[in-house]
Amino acid sequence: MDLTFWTYEGPPHVGAIRVADSMKGVHLVLHSPQGDTYADLLFTMIERENRRPPVTYTTFQARDLGASTAELFLKSLEEACDRFKPQIMLVGDSCTAELIQDQPGSLAESANLPVPVIPLELLAYSRKENWGASETFYSLVRGLLSRSVPAPDWVRPDRSDEKSPSVNLLGPSTLGFRCRDDIKEITRLLGDIGVEVNVTAPLGAAPLDLLRIPEADANVSLYPEVSDSTCTWLERNFKQPIIKTVPIGVSATMEFLKEVTEKLDIELPSQEFPESRLPWYSRSVDSTYLTGKRVFIFADATHAIAAARIAKEELAFEVVGLGTYSREQARQVRTAAKEYGVDPLITDNYLEVEKSISEAQPELVLGTQMERHIAKRLGIACAVISTPAHVQDYPARYSPQMGFEGANVIFDTWVHPLMMGLEEHLLTMFRDDFEFNEKVAPSHLASEGGGIKKDGESVEADSDLSQSANFTWELSAEKELRKIPFFVRGKARRNTEKFASEKGMTVINVDTLYEAKAHFAA
Amino acid sequence: MNEAVLAWDGQEKAVNHLVQERGQRAVFCGLTSIVWLHRKIQDAFFLVVGSRTCAHLVQSAAGVMIFAEPRFATAVLSDRDLAGMADCNEELDRVVGQVVARRSDIKTIFLVSSCPSEVIKLDLGNAAERLRRTYAGKINFVDYSGSGIETTFSQGEDSCLQSLVKQLPDAGNEDPSLLVLGTLSDIVEDQFRRLFEGLGIGPVSFFPGRAAGDLPPVGPGTRLLAAQPYVNETVRSLQARGATLLRAPFPYGAEGSQGWFRAAADAWQVPVTRFREVIGAPLERARLAVSQHQSQLTGKRITFLPDSQLELPLARFLNRECGMELVEIGTPLFEQQLMQVEKSLLPETVRLTEGQDLDPQLDRVRRDRPDLTVCGMGIANPLEAEGLRTKWSIELMFTPIQGFEQAGDLAGLFTRPLTREAQLKV
Ligand code: SF4
Ligand code: SF4
Repeated sequence: MDLTFWTYEGPPHVGAIRVADSMKGVHLVLHSPQGDTYADLLFTMIERENRRPPVTYTTFQARDLGASTAELFLKSLEEACDRFKPQIMLVGDSCTAELIQDQPGSLAESANLPVPVIPLELLAYSRKENWGASETFYSLVRGLLSRSVPAPDWVRPDRSDEKSPSVNLLGPSTLGFRCRDDIKEITRLLGDIGVEVNVTAPLGAAPLDLLRIPEADANVSLYPEVSDSTCTWLERNFKQPIIKTVPIGVSATMEFLKEVTEKLDIELPSQEFPESRLPWYSRSVDSTYLTGKRVFIFADATHAIAAARIAKEELAFEVVGLGTYSREQARQVRTAAKEYGVDPLITDNYLEVEKSISEAQPELVLGTQMERHIAKRLGIACAVISTPAHVQDYPARYSPQMGFEGANVIFDTWVHPLMMGLEEHLLTMFRDDFEFNEKVAPSHLASEGGGIKKDGESVEADSDLSQSANFTWELSAEKELRKIPFFVRGKARRNTEKFASEKGMTVINVDTLYEAKAHFAA
Repeated sequence: MNEAVLAWDGQEKAVNHLVQERGQRAVFCGLTSIVWLHRKIQDAFFLVVGSRTCAHLVQSAAGVMIFAEPRFATAVLSDRDLAGMADCNEELDRVVGQVVARRSDIKTIFLVSSCPSEVIKLDLGNAAERLRRTYAGKINFVDYSGSGIETTFSQGEDSCLQSLVKQLPDAGNEDPSLLVLGTLSDIVEDQFRRLFEGLGIGPVSFFPGRAAGDLPPVGPGTRLLAAQPYVNETVRSLQARGATLLRAPFPYGAEGSQGWFRAAADAWQVPVTRFREVIGAPLERARLAVSQHQSQLTGKRITFLPDSQLELPLARFLNRECGMELVEIGTPLFEQQLMQVEKSLLPETVRLTEGQDLDPQLDRVRRDRPDLTVCGMGIANPLEAEGLRTKWSIELMFTPIQGFEQAGDLAGLFTRPLTREAQLKV
């Protein structure tokens, strides 16, 4: 039993719904009680879908238990088949149904439906949403392709000259992060180097499209959380190499293109990508102020790892925290964390995340909507980079994360919540000007009620963090502290107290303040 | 409209018939009520014993609103618990210990059972008893079911209150007292208190109160007035302890609120003149406020999909005070003793359905094409995309809509989608 306040991922069957919902002609009959129908709203409200997800819930009640839940399942299955006429029917258990063991798979087999049925094992008590999506996608692909698997010693023939090189884009799904725009961006980018996209799945694919997967030269595992197991199976059975670089960030996108051309054995056209604006934006003088900004990253593994690299190499931030809630991908995050010299945070307990964030004292948090709330409470700037996300993270405008345009979007999104360079500078110069003082939020955030906490609050929040009750600030020191620009004041206070406690001092005067400043200057 | 038409005359009309439906339901389970209960009862903690699904449901229903540290959580069962490798009771005690360690301000912990905990027959009643002993004098423990196999949406609150009834002290006398049932927002509760005071009705208690320890005494003198339509089992348990239910419409709109207060006034034999004096001004205000919305609502057709059990009284309000035409009223369950009055106030021809068979019901909505459909969040956008206007029912649970002063706001919730429709040119 685990005490859970907020959960990053839903149960595995929500992952199954994501895959069914992403595709055309697929329906899922989920053996479950009525409350589980809440999952519909994730799709219709958060992603604003204009149709109900293709799921029929059996909604059994206590009075059905023991006697008639199996019958109810069969009735729901037949009615759903009749009404929705899917090309493929998925059947599975939610957590409660898993306990009553009606075996939807064998029940469905006995029903002799006019369409193929693929049973799902969703392991509600040990797994979570992304695993459920991955497992469902894998079951579908394997279910449809297992009969056409070639002999084990089969060798993939070289591509004929008439055929253009092609790949499949695997993994994008509804309720994923910016999948709709990512696939558009990556398809365009691949087109630029003469590579066709054979099948994109599950998002937008029909069962017949899945049958065409083996025709491509390679598979791009675009969202490894969802696509890795499928890609591995395809590699083993259809000898399709996997393209593993996730093209988030400028360098990663370049490496992605390189990997594609290598695995497809084609030339990388020596081409400029004028749409790639991040490098110049990052080098322009205004961005100087971004140097060394302390950033804390917590997300799904794929987006967390990509964000850390962008933060460090493409924006010159300092990564002060890196973690993920996806235990399945923990290893990769650990490796990355080591590179940035931080302790990896692998947890799905948001309270631990909150604690780490407040200890790390970042200036920017990149996370999920949970971290947005944490950051809001701590008065720290924040951008959402991964699921779970809320309705405003499914924007109307084109805003991919992948490819060069994705990197442009990322630059804008991450820099926006920070104080803009020049503005920050002016604030410091004019901090005593009565009209232009620290209580005024940065102008570009004014409409949002300000991204930075008001003075009084932030001092309070600071003292929360550093238990300054242990110290007495002399009035002169306190006054001096007030002269420090407010956006670094919290840090100054913390550093001074840290310094004081290291020196065993309890009273802080102006000298202590400057000694601490010198001490931490390195 | 004149008073004669509007005011409930206490007479009930012939019954209209009710169609029972059975099939796929699209209603949340009782765990959902934690979302408003924990805001109301400010010193209580709600611990669901369930699965990740349960945790995800509560947070999704709450609109993923993250409060500093929520006063609800889920003890998520894992393989180890189910395989018997871990003793569920020991595990529960451990998890409760974690909650207690984090929240020293908590006076009551509700142990809320879910489908999984009920299917594996984890006895939370026993657990509550055991924990009450362990934390005697410090924390009270109460168990109830919020599972989807036993409860539908607002029934979760009924189940919660019912389990608290056991702990209500005996009044020990037959003196009349009034007990108002069902969560009301604090602002509405305060308005109601003032009116009761004005009418000379008392003592009045609200159940649930703002603290879990507010346990009003009950006895044969207790008169029950339901402020929410979903408190049926709570009423039954209180009746078993001698309380009597006052028959009244629910306090929605001018007419409903008037009838509701009149039921109490009659029981306290408040003279008509005094009743008019106290209720007159708010009643006029309510009528005025509602009338501002009337022109937009009159003649418009509305369907309710089953959700919170608020359907009948809301339909009555919209029909009688706002002139809306009722196409179909679906309700998850129909409880005769609480709904009698409301039902008698509905047009005899109205299509009333209890339970749900989702897809055929949606087909009817598509055929009927009402001007407005009240439904759950999962269904609203799909219907909007089909060109139908909707109102999310859950908003009716979170917004103060009861009483005279809120009557206009209540009507406003229904005019907004129509105003929007009229204004949008895209
Ligand atoms: S229906 Fe049952 S399993 Fe589903 S969320 Fe509600 S209590 Fe949990
Ligand atoms: S505050 Fe956060 S959770 Fe609440 S509605 Fe806004 S985005 Fe959603």
